Amino acid sequence: MNTQARVIPHRANGRLRRIFGSWEALLVVIAIAIFFINTQASPYFLDPWNLSDATFNFTEKAMIAFAMALLIVSGEIDLSVASIIALASTAMGFALQLGAGTPVLVLVGLGTGLLCGAFNGLLVARLGLPSIVVTIGTLSLFRGIAYIVLGDQAYSGYPTSFAYFGQGYVWWVITFEMVLFVATAVVFYVLLHRTGFGRAVYGIGNNPTAALFSGIRVPRVKFLLFLMTGVMSGVAAICLTSRLGSTRPSIGFGWELEIVTMVVLGGINILGGSGTIPGVVLAAIIMGLVTFGFGLLNVPGIVMSIFIGLLLISVIALPRVFGSFAGLHRKR
Amino acid sequence: MDSALLTLHDITKEFPGVRALSSVGLELHAGEVTALVGENGAGKSTLVKILTGIHAPDAGEIRMEDEVVSFATPHDAAQAGITAIHQETVLFDELSVAENIFLGHAPRGRLGLIDKRRMHREAQALLERVGAQLDPSTRLRDLGIASKHLVAIARALSIDARVVIMDEPTAALSQQEIEELYVLVETLRQAGKAILFISHKFDEIFRIADRYSVFRDGELVGQGRIRDTDSSSLVRLMVGRDVDAVFPPRTAKIGEPILQVSGYSHPTEFDDLSFTLSRGEILGFYGLVGAGRSELMQSLFGVTRPSAGTMSIDGTPVSPRSPADAISAGIVYVPEDRGGQGAITGLPIFRNVSLASLGEVSRGGSMTGFVDMAREFALTEKYVSRLELKAASLDQSVGSLSGGNQQKVVIAKWLATRPKIIVLDEPTKGIDIGSKAAVHAFMRELAAEGLAVIMVSSEIPEVLGMSDRIYVMRAGRKVAEFARDDATPEQLVRAAAGIETREAAA
Repeated sequence: MNTQARVIPHRANGRLRRIFGSWEALLVVIAIAIFFINTQASPYFLDPWNLSDATFNFTEKAMIAFAMALLIVSGEIDLSVASIIALASTAMGFALQLGAGTPVLVLVGLGTGLLCGAFNGLLVARLGLPSIVVTIGTLSLFRGIAYIVLGDQAYSGYPTSFAYFGQGYVWWVITFEMVLFVATAVVFYVLLHRTGFGRAVYGIGNNPTAALFSGIRVPRVKFLLFLMTGVMSGVAAICLTSRLGSTRPSIGFGWELEIVTMVVLGGINILGGSGTIPGVVLAAIIMGLVTFGFGLLNVPGIVMSIFIGLLLISVIALPRVFGSFAGLHRKR
Repeated sequence: MDSALLTLHDITKEFPGVRALSSVGLELHAGEVTALVGENGAGKSTLVKILTGIHAPDAGEIRMEDEVVSFATPHDAAQAGITAIHQETVLFDELSVAENIFLGHAPRGRLGLIDKRRMHREAQALLERVGAQLDPSTRLRDLGIASKHLVAIARALSIDARVVIMDEPTAALSQQEIEELYVLVETLRQAGKAILFISHKFDEIFRIADRYSVFRDGELVGQGRIRDTDSSSLVRLMVGRDVDAVFPPRTAKIGEPILQVSGYSHPTEFDDLSFTLSRGEILGFYGLVGAGRSELMQSLFGVTRPSAGTMSIDGTPVSPRSPADAISAGIVYVPEDRGGQGAITGLPIFRNVSLASLGEVSRGGSMTGFVDMAREFALTEKYVSRLELKAASLDQSVGSLSGGNQQKVVIAKWLATRPKIIVLDEPTKGIDIGSKAAVHAFMRELAAEGLAVIMVSSEIPEVLGMSDRIYVMRAGRKVAEFARDDATPEQLVRAAAGIETREAAA
């Protein structure tokens, strides 16, 4: 036997096999299929301006989904993101009434997201409370504050320069939001897959005790993840408020469900520990294509809501039902 | 000879890489207490799991009276009249005392609903029989460990168990509670139950047992009547004679002191511990389970904070508030609970190895820098090849490795941080002989390189074979310290079990 000085190979499978065996590869196939179905369903689908418009139904949600993906990989969750949007948008509207200009409005939006994220993070990371309960609480709390401030009123009259974030085009059909979507995808990809911080996030999600015993400052990492999710909710609030041109307390209502669905469809294990950012990018595009297709076919919104619910359940259940899927889904 | 109530014949059980039991036999007699003695890892727990239907034996047969029985599930074992009371009794904290006693066989009223009133009445009667002053409606979580044992015994009576297994029942009890437990064992014996009593404490074995069986390395090495033996013969059987044979020779030169611990105390787990450790030295910590050794080590590693005491490394005082602090001070800890605290089984080997050295494998040298995968693989390769890890590839998940190879991954992770002091908590527990030898040889190598090593072990041959000095703890306190050449197995067992003190007092 050649047990002497046997060198262990780095990887069991080559790069191609790893890519083709992954959940992400399956998502690519699904995305192409839906794209093709859409082209058959409506002649208006392939129009560049229609496609450009359609990206708005996922870009804002996806920005939050990237941060949420890291949070879920670490074994936590933030269900208050849509309420952070409402509170940040309300805070911006309030600042607007006091005469704030665009730069101040942006700072107020980001700052509100940061504070909300810090609040969630303190309760979960420092006090050790379960994030699902904490963020259900802040889901009610943050939007509740928005309702108290606004009642049935709305803030509007945002400055023209503020409109760029949600309505501006960088070049031809390329919107500012698309650029932001790509940029945040790259940032979170690098953070999760290329840095030591990302390694720590996977470690915590797989086994928080062993991660702590390996010298990872678990509370600090978790706190930072909540902070990032809060800030990204602030970014989404700026884009959405800018696009709508007004703030109502019901802004972004129910988005947390779609964002979590996006993350889970992207192959992030809801129990933590595995999943990738490219998967979430693909899931965002798939959900955008489906929403757009339904729109073209004049399917009512409530059907879309039913579809999202079914999608969330199927994505979690399918790997359990078909054992062979599990191998794909666990891939990281 | 009276015939046995329960007989085990040629029971063999193998786990991947380890033969836990090899054709052992055991007899339990009605109205008698049989003590099962052996070191950790001798196969006692496996035997209990076979008797309670948790594991199925690979070979051999179990007879109840003269009938061959087999337990596919714990429920089958309970049906056959076998019940176990564990160190940490497996009951349900959120249920009431009465519900715990009658769980699964509660008296039913009309419509098949549980007859609560009758259940409480019967629970009350059972509790009186075991001498427990408990209200059957109390929730179990509000009881102390001794009362929980009483509930477990009441449950044993309620299902009319004929065989009662008590697995280190006194490990967590006070002296007063232990005395009460002895009375109860006597009650069970009078009631004609066959009792299997597992204990490390020789005084109690000689006080309550009628027979003994000694296990070593998964084999039955001796049995007989307690009145025909004494503690030193039992110790001899338990540890065997070939202590030195298989351990690598000492090559390290002991250098200057590096770690100084003085007056380390914890509110509940340990009290006033002091010791020094030098470069190149292997310091063995011996004691029974629950002596506070792991708790001390985790406190040195920053997992818990001591209530008093100081520690210094290379003359500099350190007080780690987290493992991260301890690691940067140069002290690392290989935990006993490998799957829970040591390895991240869901992640690949290379990610486990680099986990504590993320700064090292990142550009810019900090955790927020980019991980250089080439450096990460190089680091992993360097340490796993030194440890002779056996794996198909470095991206294989750690969970798919054998216990011994998982342990090597954990050790590799720590060596990659280039520590000054490495603490190994039961480093070879539950791993196969080959990996065991590799880990031992490696500990010697580390010491020879000037690393200071602390080894917590409950295996006497390992403690004697590997340590330069041996520190013995009992109930959170230091009870003895030996230079390696002065220690004998008998002395260690006596010190750890407190036999000497008892005889001195008598």
